[in-house]
Amino acid sequence: MYKIHLMTLLENKSADIPAPREITTKPRLSDQIFRGVVTMGGMASLVILGLIALFLSIKGFHILSEEKFSFITESRWEVITDENGNLAESNLGIGAMLVGTFLVSLIAILVGVPIAVLSALYLTFYARGFVKKFLISLIDLMAAFPSLLFGFWGFFVFMESAEYWAKLLNKYFSFLPFFDVPAPIFERSPFIAGLVLAIMIIPIVTSISREIFDQTPLDRVQAAYALGASRLTMIRAVVIPYGRGGVVGGAMLGLGRAMGETVAVYTVLNVVYQINWQTLFGAGGNVASLILLKFGEAGPYEVDALMAAGLILFILTLIVNAIADLLINRFGGKGR
Amino acid sequence: MTTQVIPKPGKPWEVSVKERSKTGSLIVLAAILAGALVKLPDLLDEAVVKFPDFLPWDVVKLPNIVEALTGIDGKLGFAISFFLIATALTFFRVLRTSDIRAAKDTLLSSFALLGIVLTLIPIVSIVTTVFIKGYKGIHPGLFFNDMALNSVNDPIKEGGLLHALLGTTLMVFGALLISFPIGVLTALYLTEIRGKLARPIKFLVQAMSGVPSIVAGLFILSSLVYPVTKELSGIMGSFALTILMIPTIARTAEEMLRLIPNDLREAGVALGATQWRTISGVVLPAAKSGLVTAIILGVARIIGETAPLLLVTGGGDALNANPTSGPMGSLPYYIWKAFLTGGTEEAFARAWGGMLVLLVFIFILFGLARFLSGRKVG
Amino acid sequence: MQVSPSSLASVAGNREQRVPGTNLIGSGLETRGVHAWFGTKHVLSDVSLDFAAGTVTALIGPSGCGKSTFLRTLNRMHEFIPTAALAGEVLLDGKDIYAPGTDVTKIRLRVGMVFQKPHPFPSMTIGENVLSGLKLAQLKKNNTDELLESCLTRAGLWSEVKDRLREHGGALSGGQQQRLCIARSLAVEPQVLLMDEPCSALDPGSTFKIEQTISELAKSMTIVIVTHNMQQAARVSDYTAFFLSDGGPGVMVENSPTSKIFSSPTDKRTEDYVTGRFG
Repeated sequence: MYKIHLMTLLENKSADIPAPREITTKPRLSDQIFRGVVTMGGMASLVILGLIALFLSIKGFHILSEEKFSFITESRWEVITDENGNLAESNLGIGAMLVGTFLVSLIAILVGVPIAVLSALYLTFYARGFVKKFLISLIDLMAAFPSLLFGFWGFFVFMESAEYWAKLLNKYFSFLPFFDVPAPIFERSPFIAGLVLAIMIIPIVTSISREIFDQTPLDRVQAAYALGASRLTMIRAVVIPYGRGGVVGGAMLGLGRAMGETVAVYTVLNVVYQINWQTLFGAGGNVASLILLKFGEAGPYEVDALMAAGLILFILTLIVNAIADLLINRFGGKGR
Repeated sequence: MTTQVIPKPGKPWEVSVKERSKTGSLIVLAAILAGALVKLPDLLDEAVVKFPDFLPWDVVKLPNIVEALTGIDGKLGFAISFFLIATALTFFRVLRTSDIRAAKDTLLSSFALLGIVLTLIPIVSIVTTVFIKGYKGIHPGLFFNDMALNSVNDPIKEGGLLHALLGTTLMVFGALLISFPIGVLTALYLTEIRGKLARPIKFLVQAMSGVPSIVAGLFILSSLVYPVTKELSGIMGSFALTILMIPTIARTAEEMLRLIPNDLREAGVALGATQWRTISGVVLPAAKSGLVTAIILGVARIIGETAPLLLVTGGGDALNANPTSGPMGSLPYYIWKAFLTGGTEEAFARAWGGMLVLLVFIFILFGLARFLSGRKVG
Repeated sequence: MQVSPSSLASVAGNREQRVPGTNLIGSGLETRGVHAWFGTKHVLSDVSLDFAAGTVTALIGPSGCGKSTFLRTLNRMHEFIPTAALAGEVLLDGKDIYAPGTDVTKIRLRVGMVFQKPHPFPSMTIGENVLSGLKLAQLKKNNTDELLESCLTRAGLWSEVKDRLREHGGALSGGQQQRLCIARSLAVEPQVLLMDEPCSALDPGSTFKIEQTISELAKSMTIVIVTHNMQQAARVSDYTAFFLSDGGPGVMVENSPTSKIFSSPTDKRTEDYVTGRFG
């Protein structure tokens, strides 16, 4: 540190104040190696993500260049081989599955996020003591359940109730195209898959929302109460404006998880290759479950197409997660 | 000096016992009313049959209207009616004793309570289902046999999941060998070195945690299986799981390292230690339990992952201790196979049995993690 | 810092004698035997203090003797701390605010609070901040513009912000923000205003403005102000209460008219404190 001599300053007011000295350190060799190793380890994520994008692109490239944009928009998945087993013709497009991904994830978000936010409000502002700690642990535990478990439970236990609700919706709301069905097959529908995914993402979104609500600055909360606010008005005036961005970010993380979900959807949804907007009807699929379905019997050409599909899924979830991180870190307190 | 009588501390703002009992009776009332409402169409039907002459014509129509309006009976109807009636009763009770603002406040508490109940019901249902259904799939030989000689439809007592346990253990261990160093190094970069790349790296770790598990499987297929080994094996499963494990370990380790007070680091540096020695000699040992927690949570994250294993490991039925060659089973694959290729009660019971084992492992892992973070001071 | 008690007394004496306001609401605040605990720790013991309508009372004493805790029992903010416990009564217009069945939000409308650090709501404009109390308490008022102007004027901020009402609250300086918070508390028309070291984070210029505001406000409400600054107490208050803790719970040692407490305090401990022998 540069010491400015006090007397000099007092005597000579017009003296120039010197610029601060630059402090440099040359780390020891062991430290340089250490930093190098750590940095390389840190870069591993970049390398891995890059490789994923690279390899999926390599494998899937020729498919995309052949089908071009119709890969995304087309809704047929057929590979026709001639007598020798060679590829004769192919029409591959994941359009139907993208619609399915979108639809199922949308249902998951519409049902799951409100429930999760209400739960987070309960945990932050109404629960206390042992009950609060227990509930938080329980919900964190649920976030660790394997997706296969949700699929199983959805298929064996939940399906019955969900079908019943679907029939009700159909009975009273079939004037809406979403709730109409071409045939009364209600089991294994996108509706049920969406509900199962909703249940799957609720713990995650609840956790994130709860952390954000917890970080609402206490002084603002107290200032609101001191002005005579009730819990409702305090939450509306202070908590929501503060945590809005972060909660939306949390919802998007849930969305990302729902979009990429494979086995839960596969178990609960009748994966059939068609565009199906009628959510109560038992047919549909998403990109991930399509990959799983076709993988078993796919020839080399088809496998490459599945790689291309995987690439698109990868990019989609990357974008959604990127937006989610941005929202959480920018607007949601300390973020995750 | 006068002896002062100190009164007992009280909390006059807490909800009194009288209030609580009033709330309790309100809930009971709501339940009764909801039950009555749900049963109403039936009651009216009976009444119409019994007293056709005494009831006005309009009432005869009533059952149909009520049923059309509520349209739902049974558990769902009861649940919805109960919630609406309880909310309304609470609202009007507060409106009577206080004012509209406080009454609106009760609406929020009712809905918040609804939210948490809706969140809890699936958890409870799932856990009880696993235990009830999984119990049938458990037998003493489960942990000592594999499925090499049996099909999933065989009686439960035959075959077992030893191969699956071995496979999962080997694959998780393999994934840990790679993920733990990388995860910890990443965390060290973010907390200790904090170089210019810290923000991009943090972002990338988050991005990596969002990679769908099936994409991880596809990646290993396209980069290692097809070009290199042309064979499905256990180590490929490890590689795929690594991709999913690194972000969890990195994030948890980072949080744990941040908890280490800076004073420790400064003490090391003040003694003349290099950064490397400070970290290896002071920081990492202090973060020991935190790092173990990171491992545990990482393992819990991947132990139930199914999709990538379905693509790259081949899911063998026989005991295979060699990760580099031959299809390797795993708990998720065992469960999946029993579910999909079976179709009989035995097969399903087998699947649930495997799921029970898996869930118990996850409970144990979680309990360990909680115990460790509880032991850490502050 | 050594300040002679006589100078404090003269400052207190020089203040113009307050004319009791004509639009006072209610009969003031009284406390009877108030004790406070945090868990098992007894932090405040047997405080019985009356605050007559239209007066300004300063609470002085060294740090940690329970002044702020006591203040928070007056508008039921004390109970926000999970381990908090209480005994005794706090009477507003003769009615105990801790009586079972009391609507706590209504109490807080009548007993307002200004905190040490100003916290305008960042998501609202200046105008919205002032009126936020109405929104939070869901009160309907017809002439919000008049109310807005009157509150800001009484807080001494109107001339500085009247053209900037649409700007965000964070754009103001510290002193202005605190006056904004005062205006915000005024909008719900409290009959008592509690102030917890409102000037300790501010510069002398803002402090002076706020002290002027306090004098104005006292014409229509009761004010209780916790302050570390004895000169401030001498400048603004009619009565001063001295709190002290000897390691145990805080007690109120003496409550006297301000001019008297600095010139001829009854208790020796008070005298030691105001003459600067400790604290």
